[in-house]
Amino acid sequence: MTPKISLLTAAWLVLKKDWQIEWRTRARLTALIFFSGATLLLFSFAMGPDVTSLRAHAHGYLWLGLLFASVLSLGESFRIESENQALTGLVLTPVEPRAIFIGKVLGNASMLFALSLVLLPITIGLYDVDLTRVPHLLLLVLFLGTLGISAPGTVYSAISANARARDVMLPLLLFPVLVPLLLAAASATKLTFQPDPQDQLGSWLKLLIAFDLIYLSVGFLVFPKIAEED
Amino acid sequence: MPASIPLLLLLALAVMVVVHVVVPKTRPILWKVSAALGLVMLGLLMYLGMFYAPPEAFMSNVGRILYVHVPYIWMAFIAFLMNVGCAFAYLMKKSWVTDALAESSAEVGVLFGAVGVAMGSIWARPTWGVWWDWDPRLISTTVMLLSYVGYLALRSFTEDPERRATWSAAVGILSGVSLPITYYSVRWWNSLHQVQSSTASVDKTMGSVLLWGLVTLLCFLFPFIVKRYEIARARQTAAMELPPLEAPRPEAA
Repeated sequence: MTPKISLLTAAWLVLKKDWQIEWRTRARLTALIFFSGATLLLFSFAMGPDVTSLRAHAHGYLWLGLLFASVLSLGESFRIESENQALTGLVLTPVEPRAIFIGKVLGNASMLFALSLVLLPITIGLYDVDLTRVPHLLLLVLFLGTLGISAPGTVYSAISANARARDVMLPLLLFPVLVPLLLAAASATKLTFQPDPQDQLGSWLKLLIAFDLIYLSVGFLVFPKIAEED
Repeated sequence: MPASIPLLLLLALAVMVVVHVVVPKTRPILWKVSAALGLVMLGLLMYLGMFYAPPEAFMSNVGRILYVHVPYIWMAFIAFLMNVGCAFAYLMKKSWVTDALAESSAEVGVLFGAVGVAMGSIWARPTWGVWWDWDPRLISTTVMLLSYVGYLALRSFTEDPERRATWSAAVGILSGVSLPITYYSVRWWNSLHQVQSSTASVDKTMGSVLLWGLVTLLCFLFPFIVKRYEIARARQTAAMELPPLEAPRPEAA
């Protein structure tokens, strides 16, 4: 009989598997970079060439670009599992389905975080923002924000991967839930781009952490039931 | 204890729904009694809200919409809380009954919530000067309604009944997270919308009229939920061969 492996080891294996699949083609990340780069460019066309106004709203464009890209990325993360019924194979292995959840969330979050790092120089180029004020806090905001998109996003993409009209279903389910996260992440990012005279960054970071913890734990609880149905 | 009123209303609804589901004899009567009582109470509510209650201190007669706006939103909350409860119950132990109840409570909750938001908008125009404002309470309520619209869309897009039940239970729980955010939004952020109106936060006469309005709408919420539940059960029965809700009546000799 195969020895049972621990939750974290199994999660690490799922994560490594996703990274390996991605690394072999690098197709998803490349597509995401071009898609969100184009989105950022379109925002600057739609809003006109006024640099002051673009700079003032850069945080919002950055997060909208990430949010739109996340729908593509999350949808893809379970589409690859539905080919050849790979997810059924994963569920049948003697590991907890929760390990698949943790691995997938970390896989999606790392993909989006990598994307956000690529988008930063683009925001400098297009919107002329100053990233050097508190770079470590900016990275923290990006990390917490992308993790927050991935936690409910992984649950919803597991559901919508097998539903009819899945391309419509994922944003329909995901976007309402992400509104508090978008608000917190965009506001926190703004305060890293611009001065923070009222010292509000801390409270937005707390909201981000709370959002992540809530959706990670709810996802952790409900994911095994969803994986059973797949 | 005024703070316990929402819980008492939820409890009353839960008891009535359980009686309706468990005791087949009450099914044809209970909802009719509730709806009839609701109609009588609604007639009286019109009188109480329009003439008996004093005009609001700042908003004068415009504030009288409070007696229907607040109850509608409360009923939406109660319905969504019931949806979360049914979702948990379904994931603990699979049952077509809790699945059908979850479906009906979400749909009725969206209906009551939408009416409540529309009334709030009608009230906002003379009071705030706008139909809509980007205010935390309004945004979070809309987000709450939208996430349940997504829930209903998922239900209608999934054909396999067992998958639909499990997936929507998971989505119901994730949507349920928006309930406390909406409830506390007026306290957490500086909102244009006033803090929660309850029977304790207003004048005694107004409080009793508000309570009257809450009980009136609860009398309507119950028949809406159980009738929608019966439709959901009938659809389940049609989709799979389940035992019917009522035992077939013996043929007259």
